[in-house]
Formats: sequence, structure tokens, C-alpha cells
Amino acid sequence: MLKIENLRASVEDKEILKGLTLDVPAGEVHAIMGPNGAGKSTLSYVLSGRGGYEVTDGSATLNGEDLLALEPDERAAKGVFLSFQYPLEIPGVPALTFLRTALNAQRKARGEDEVAAPAFLKLVREKAAELKIDFEMLKRSLNVGFSGGEKKRMEILQMAILQPKLLILDETDSGLDIDALRIVSEGVNAMRAPDRAMLVITHYQRLLDHIKPDRVHVLSAGRIVASGGPELALQLEAEGYDKYASAA
Amino acid sequence: MVAVKQTVEHVESLEAYKHGFITDIDQEFAPKGLNADIVRFISAKKDEPEWMLQWRLEAFERWLAMEEPTWAKVNFPRIDYQDAYYYAAPKTKDGPKSLDEVDPELLATYAKLGIPLKEQEVLAGVQGAPKYAVDAVFDSVSVVTTFKKELAAVGVIFCSMSEAIREHPELVKKYLGSVVPTSDNYFACLNSAVFSDGSFVYVPPGVRCPMELSTYFRINAAESGQFERTLIIVDKGAYVSYLEGCTAPMRDENQLHAAVVELVALEDAEIKYSTVQNWYPGDPKTGKGGIYNFVTKRADCRGDRSKVSWTQVETGSAVTWKYPSCVLRGNDSSGEFYSIAVTNGFQQADTGTKMIHLGANTKSRIISKGISAGKSSNTYRGLVSAHPKAKGARNFTQCDSLLIGKECAAHTVPYVEARNGQTVFEHEATTTRLSEDQLFYVMQRGLNQEEAVALLVNGFVKDVLQQLPMEFAVEAQKLVAISLEGSVG
Repeated sequence: MLKIENLRASVEDKEILKGLTLDVPAGEVHAIMGPNGAGKSTLSYVLSGRGGYEVTDGSATLNGEDLLALEPDERAAKGVFLSFQYPLEIPGVPALTFLRTALNAQRKARGEDEVAAPAFLKLVREKAAELKIDFEMLKRSLNVGFSGGEKKRMEILQMAILQPKLLILDETDSGLDIDALRIVSEGVNAMRAPDRAMLVITHYQRLLDHIKPDRVHVLSAGRIVASGGPELALQLEAEGYDKYASAA
Repeated sequence: MVAVKQTVEHVESLEAYKHGFITDIDQEFAPKGLNADIVRFISAKKDEPEWMLQWRLEAFERWLAMEEPTWAKVNFPRIDYQDAYYYAAPKTKDGPKSLDEVDPELLATYAKLGIPLKEQEVLAGVQGAPKYAVDAVFDSVSVVTTFKKELAAVGVIFCSMSEAIREHPELVKKYLGSVVPTSDNYFACLNSAVFSDGSFVYVPPGVRCPMELSTYFRINAAESGQFERTLIIVDKGAYVSYLEGCTAPMRDENQLHAAVVELVALEDAEIKYSTVQNWYPGDPKTGKGGIYNFVTKRADCRGDRSKVSWTQVETGSAVTWKYPSCVLRGNDSSGEFYSIAVTNGFQQADTGTKMIHLGANTKSRIISKGISAGKSSNTYRGLVSAHPKAKGARNFTQCDSLLIGKECAAHTVPYVEARNGQTVFEHEATTTRLSEDQLFYVMQRGLNQEEAVALLVNGFVKDVLQQLPMEFAVEAQKLVAISLEGSVG
């Protein structure tokens, strides 16, 4: 599904990713853990195509297709979805309008028909209810004046509507209280599917109590320095990242 | 992002200004330059009565003694007023009596611009679709006005200014210059001397005008200026909604457009005036050419409880100098100003409004959205004042500026004067930059760059777009998006 090989990327001539290799098969959830400054957010931005990141070597493919040559919107249409650590506010654009515009833009790019309004509204009502989002809130400008927890739930709602192939969760647990964390995690878990891969990027182990990963990788100084099962996350929680900082 | 850069370059190479064509038609001109004889020439061409000629000549005398204003935050080379034509008109024998006699070349021009001039075409549309009566002004003359009969049946007069001077002299004499006096300012004074055509509207007491009225202004001739004059009088308890649109060909030289619009609202009358201004803005890369849009628009809420609402979408022109204003003379009268001003390339806009509260319990509301991109400059300049007698006056002003890119500028210059202790004036202002983060966020959800900019900008201007009649709002939304194409790189 997602294959990253020897990926090197820089920001303003400073190399952040230094030969990262990672393989996430379809149907699996992989966690990326690591200390601050290891390159976790850079990895999510390079995969989703944000400007300002220069890929100097290596490759990243989704189902065999080269992601790095595509624009962010083209990657989105191919199924790449990034759940932002800090979702942006979009004044004057109701969340419903935003959702429908995004869904139809992706469908158009894939040569599919636009979704008719009644079918779209039915879908949104259903998914919003699952995430305990008040439908009235979707008539307000996206994320404007929303609490941290509401913004994260909106990210998961977008994910549920857009049905991406590759989910990248960037520090999704930050700013969430325990109830919000549970709702968001349930939303993510509901997205698990045999033809879908997830990359869960987190600094803390607590998110992984809710979203059980198949594999855990330690990212340090721009490379994967250790991989293992879910027990690796618990070990990191107990011992910290010091060991890996020196290994890099 | 190399691909992004290529996309932007590709978009820039497209012809962003879609109305830049020139109509090849036989035209007649006044001799170049400006003097009293030119004023006489224009007046004679229009078969005007002596009193109108005297009015013009007096204005011309005053103009000679005036200085061009320099206080606006715009820069442009000195205008040589002798190096332009003050009258240009398509050649016709007697002037067309009906649509069938209008030069087909002209009809084709308006068809290309998407302006319905054939009444049957409008009527042939979906049943129940709103009708628009159109006055089409081509350079210095009105070429046709539609739906006149249907309007006359309810007593509404809708015709060209030239016709009004001939056919309704009592109304013109009474109201012309009563809102914007000839010597009001340099450009209004020039207009009073040489104005060529424009629209005239009179709505009798108690009549709700049965359709939207609109005027479509087109500058075609080279080296000429357009000086239109519009006068709208809405009598007691009557209502009208009026739309105005403007375009011009792409030319290397600058062309002057100095219009005067006067609105008079009597007791309980309501006027809704909407403008979509899309004059040629000049070459986006060099700044060469484009229209100088120096316009005086003012409404007099003369009667108690009268109401005037200005809505403008300003996307064109090289330099804009324009402050549609309301004199709130009647007690309990109210004025509104909703504005979207978009500047890109080398455009400069200094625009805003004046709300002059004279009567008691007068209310005004100002919502201004300025968007600057490229190397452009966008200034909001507004005055809110309350006379000693304007007890209980209220104003709410909101000015928001959006910057796209790093080389543009936005300025807000509010003037507030309260000369009595019983007024409530509120002012809110924000300036934000369209962020790379927001753009990336929207693109990550599947919108391409142009779509993402359009979505964010439309969100920014939503409050104002809602004020436009629906068909116009859709057009305006597209126009704003087109004006900003290639603005993010």
C-alpha cells in the first residue's frame, strides 16, 4: 500500500528526513513515535505535498503510484488524507459547504459524478451523529470559534465523508480531553478497513491505548531506528526516547 | 512546488480580462481637446435646450478654476485633459427608434458581453425568471433602452439622460445637480460640463418598480473618456432596484471615466443601487493602460424614513477613486454601503463611503471588504459624521482587508465626527493575510489552487455578496475569482 524508500527531504536546505524507509501494507495501522524534532510532522507534510519541503532523494508510492510528483489536491484525490495537528479556520465557509466542495472536487478529479444534495446530507447527518457533532454546528464557518476537541472531531468527520485510502493522523490526541479522545478514537477505529492504511503519528503512548497499532516505529533524527509490535510503545512510555537519540 | 509555479504561469498567460475586445464600428468624434466650443458641440449633438447648455458652460468655467485633488492614496502620471476625445458615438442617421434599427455590430457586442438587449430573448427565458430592463451606453451615447413600454404602463420613466433632458425637462431641471452640485469636486465639475449620456429613472409615488433596472456602460473608442451622468428619483413610498455594469477594451493608454450618479429618495422611498465595475485594469505585468475610474456617487435621503443601499463589487480599473455616499437628511432615514474591492497587478483603489447624518434617528451601516494581490494598493476611506441635529444617529462600520502575497498593500482611513452627544458610532477593522497554511489545508482536501483561493476569498466576501440580487451575486463571485487568478505563486 504505502511504500517509502530511502526518503530524504529538507526545509530551507536543512535536511530533516535522512533516508527514511517504511512499508505500511493495506489494512494495517502503523504508529510513528519519536522525540520532538525527529521529523514526524515533516513526514506527514512531505507525504501530503505541502510547499517548502524539498525531496532530495528516495521515493514514496501509494499502491505503486508515485505520490511525490503530484500536487496536494491530486494526492487527496488519490486517497491521501492528513488530519492536521492544528486544523485551520476557514471564515465565511460553512463546514457543510466545505465538505461538499471537497468531496465533489475529489470525485471530479477521479472522473466520478458529483454527489447530489439529498444523498450528501443523509451521509453527513449519519456520520456527524456517530461523532456526536451537532448538525447545526455544520452550518457555521469551518473551525471558526470551535474548541480544540470540536476541531479534531471535524477532522474525523471530513475523513469519514471523504473515505481516503491513506490516513495520516498528525498528533491527533493533542488538545483532547479524555472524552473527546475516546470519541475521536472510535471514529478512527471505524475507518479501519482491509483496503486502507493508517499512519498514526504521536509523541505519547496514550492515543495507542485507543487506536491499537499493528506496528510501532521509532523515528529519530530523520530515520526509522526501531520497529516492533504494540509492546514497543509501552516500552517507550516507560523508558523515554534517550536510547534512540544516541542511536541516531 | 514546481508544478504549482507552472500552473500559476499558465493561468497568468491566459487572458484573464475577458471583455478586452474592440468593436469595429464607424464612430464620430468631437475634435480632440477641451474648451467651451467642445461643450457647445456636445450639447448641440444632443439637441439640448439652451438652459442645459448654459448649465454646462457655467460648470466648465468653474472647472477651469479648480485643481485636481491629490489627497487620495493613488499615484498616476498627470492627466493631459487636452489630449483626449470628449465625445465619441456610433454613427447613425437619426438615432434608432427601436431595437431593429440598432447597428447589428452593437447588438453583437452586447451579446458577447452577455447583456440581453432583445426583449423577446429575455421573455423567451424560463417562465417566472426575473426581467431586467437595460439601458446600454456605448461610449458617449445610449444606444437602446429596453422594456420602456412595460415600465411606462406603471408610470416608471427609464430612459437615457439625453432623452430625459428633451422629454422631461421639469424633472431634470428640478433634480440635476441637486445632490452633487456642479462645483462639488474637480471630476464632478468636469462631468457637469461634458457629460454625454447615462440613465434617467423616475419612479412615481407608491410604485414598486416591477423589474430590476440596469445600465450597461461600455467604453470602446480609443483616446476617449466616458462621462456618464445618472439621475434616479424615487418618489414617496416607491421602490427601485438598479444595477450597473461596466467594461472596456484592453488598450495601452489610460482612459478617463468620470461619472456622476445622483439618487434622490423622498419620504418612505427605497433605492437599492448595485454596481459591478469591471473596467479594464491595465496590463497585470507592466501596469500599462487601464481605466482611471474617478466617480462621484451620492444619494440624498431627502424624505423621512427613506432608505438607500449601495452595493459595489469593484474588480476593474487601473485607478479607482470612488465614495458612494448617503446624505441622511430625512428623520429616521437610513443608508447602507456594502463593498468588495479587489485589486491585483498594479491596480490602485481608494474607495469607501460617506454617511452624513443630518436628521434625527438616522442609521447607517458600512461593510467593506478589500482584497489586495500582486503589487496593488487598496485603501478604504470613509467618513461618518453626525450634525448637531442628528440626535440618536447610529452607525456600524466594519472594514476587513485581505492580503494575498507579500507585495501588496491595504490601508484603512476612517474619519468619524460626532457633533452631538447622542450618537452611537461603532467601528471594527481587521487585516489578514491569506495564509499558505489555509491554502494547503484546503488543497489537502482536494481543491486545486485556483479553487482553494476562490473558496477562501468567497468566504471573506460572503457578507457583501449576500446583498446583491441573486443573478448578480453569482456573476460577481466568478468575477472576484477571475480577478485573482494567478495571484498566488
